[in-house]
Amino acid sequence: MNPFSYARASDVADAIRQIAADPAARFVAGGTNLIDLMKYDVEHPARLIDISQLPLKSIEETPEGGLLIGAMVPNSDLAYHPLIEQRYPLLASAILAGASQQLRNMASTGGNLLQRTRCFYFYDVVTPCNKRKPGSGCSAISGVNRINAILGTSDACIATHPSDMCVALAALDARVHVAGPGGARTVAFPDFHRLPGATPERDTNLESDEIITGIEIPAKGFNANYSYLKIRDRLSYAFALVSVAAALELEGDTIKEARLALGGVAHKPWRDPAAEAAMRGQHAGESAFTKAADLLLQGAQGYGHNNFKIGLARRAIVRTLSQAARGMPQSQSVKKIR
Amino acid sequence: MAQPGTAEPLRQTDVLPEKIQITLTVNGTRTGLAVAPWTTLLDALRDRLDLTGTKKGCDHGQCGACTVLVDGRRINSCLTLAVMKDGAEVTTVEGLASNGTLHPLQQAFIDHDAFQCGYCTSGQICSAAGLIAEGKARTADEIRELMSGNICRCGAYPNIVAAIQQAMERS
Ligand SMILES: Cc1cc2nc3c(=O)[nH]c(=O)nc-3n(C[C@H](O)[C@H](O)[C@H](O)COP(=O)(O)OP(=O)(O)OC[C@H]3O[C@@H](n4cnc5c(N)ncnc54)[C@H](O)[C@@H]3O)c2cc1C
Ligand code: SF4
Ligand code: FES
Ligand code: FES
Repeated sequence: MNPFSYARASDVADAIRQIAADPAARFVAGGTNLIDLMKYDVEHPARLIDISQLPLKSIEETPEGGLLIGAMVPNSDLAYHPLIEQRYPLLASAILAGASQQLRNMASTGGNLLQRTRCFYFYDVVTPCNKRKPGSGCSAISGVNRINAILGTSDACIATHPSDMCVALAALDARVHVAGPGGARTVAFPDFHRLPGATPERDTNLESDEIITGIEIPAKGFNANYSYLKIRDRLSYAFALVSVAAALELEGDTIKEARLALGGVAHKPWRDPAAEAAMRGQHAGESAFTKAADLLLQGAQGYGHNNFKIGLARRAIVRTLSQAARGMPQSQSVKKIR
Repeated sequence: MAQPGTAEPLRQTDVLPEKIQITLTVNGTRTGLAVAPWTTLLDALRDRLDLTGTKKGCDHGQCGACTVLVDGRRINSCLTLAVMKDGAEVTTVEGLASNGTLHPLQQAFIDHDAFQCGYCTSGQICSAAGLIAEGKARTADEIRELMSGNICRCGAYPNIVAAIQQAMERS
């Protein structure tokens, strides 16, 4: 790691003051992504501002019947919180599908949103990578791109966002609470992460002098009919090749409302209102699910090694929606996919 | 403003940042030490406090060999900055036995021959201590899943699961 100076933020206002005063500084929360990237020399901040002790560790009910989750709540505490287990089991399941228990004990809710891509070339500092070094080129497009994106890509970058938690948050219509020198604002989940376009160095629309203070999830938790299915190269402790978050509201066998988000396939959790709208009013069965999969995967494009993701995603979507409809969510410890 | 990771040049400073004085309670003993900001908890334990039971496998959060308990919770000490844990209580594999009696997990690992080379073992045992304290694993499937953060290159997994089951029954 490069030498850097270290300071602890005393409160949110102090954190914003410190980050705004020094463009070469970074916040550190759980450290599980930033410290790792610093060891690879991908990140080399001159100063770390420790926000891990900030009083953003509570999970509170909102007047609207939802929850406001503090940005410093560890991933494991969030997944095992009684209100999350009871009302938002989709979120709990997605979190428990990610990383390891040690890492989840360290990783923060805010940091999870801001974890960077696992594209091999992003980590390999001797290769060109537009995300790491703008204008240097993309090694993945014609390189080893098995783990890379099939949707929303650009000529500049085909990286994926690696988070599991964010796929569930996208499906649940979460909002991100942020604060900066100009005050506080909230950002709808689809507007938080970006597509790579011509500026893949920017993962999100968070400004560099802003801090995430919390995540708000609305009342609707879909706790009866949901499933999170993660397909990966080994059964645990591996990033998703494709993951699906599905949530349904049923009236008998008819779909009243559907939510569907994909992970491992794009620069952000992938959702399409059209795919969800097409399920509304339909019989909860394979034909509606296949149609939704086709709509959500419209425009999907492989780059050679990752062509398999298109068919895999289609089948995973149908299976996950059917698990949700049956009220039999994918277990994150018994790995058999039913 | 620059975005994270866009490789802006290091700010030129003539002097390295000063070491920072911290206090850790390691295996029950309060210890003061001065650490550079970039010293990981793993390096502080091994190189500064001579507690080499905790192993460095990957140094990137990918193997679990460095697992220790901080304030009772299992974490990867290789991705933890020591300065960020000022005031914390740390338990390493050296701190598990009491008065010459092995911790139930240590005894169970011996009873079940739950290792070959032993490199992953201290991490496995500390991780299992965290697992038992969490109380979320009951079945073998749940133990396997919640121990997935500890890789064993020798493949001693079946015996590791059996050892943890024994210790869970006796705790
Ligand atoms: C081996 C390994 C396997 C993993 N597997 C998975 C997996 O399968 N699925 C998965 O989803 N994740 C996985 N992860 C990633 C893990 O979930 C993330 O590293 C973690 O969530 C990041 O949170 P953190 O608090 O540690 O972030 P940090 O490393 O502290 O910070 C990450 C970035 O966010 C910024 N930041 C942090 N908090 C804030 C805030 N509140 N406001 C503004 N900026 C902030 C930091 O400046 C930094 O740039 C894995 C990680 C490792 C090392
Ligand atoms: S896909 Fe994106 S992150 Fe990967 S090499 Fe190309 S520019 Fe870099
Ligand atoms: S050494 Fe820390 S996880 Fe491998
Ligand atoms: S006993 Fe050798 S790595 Fe586990």
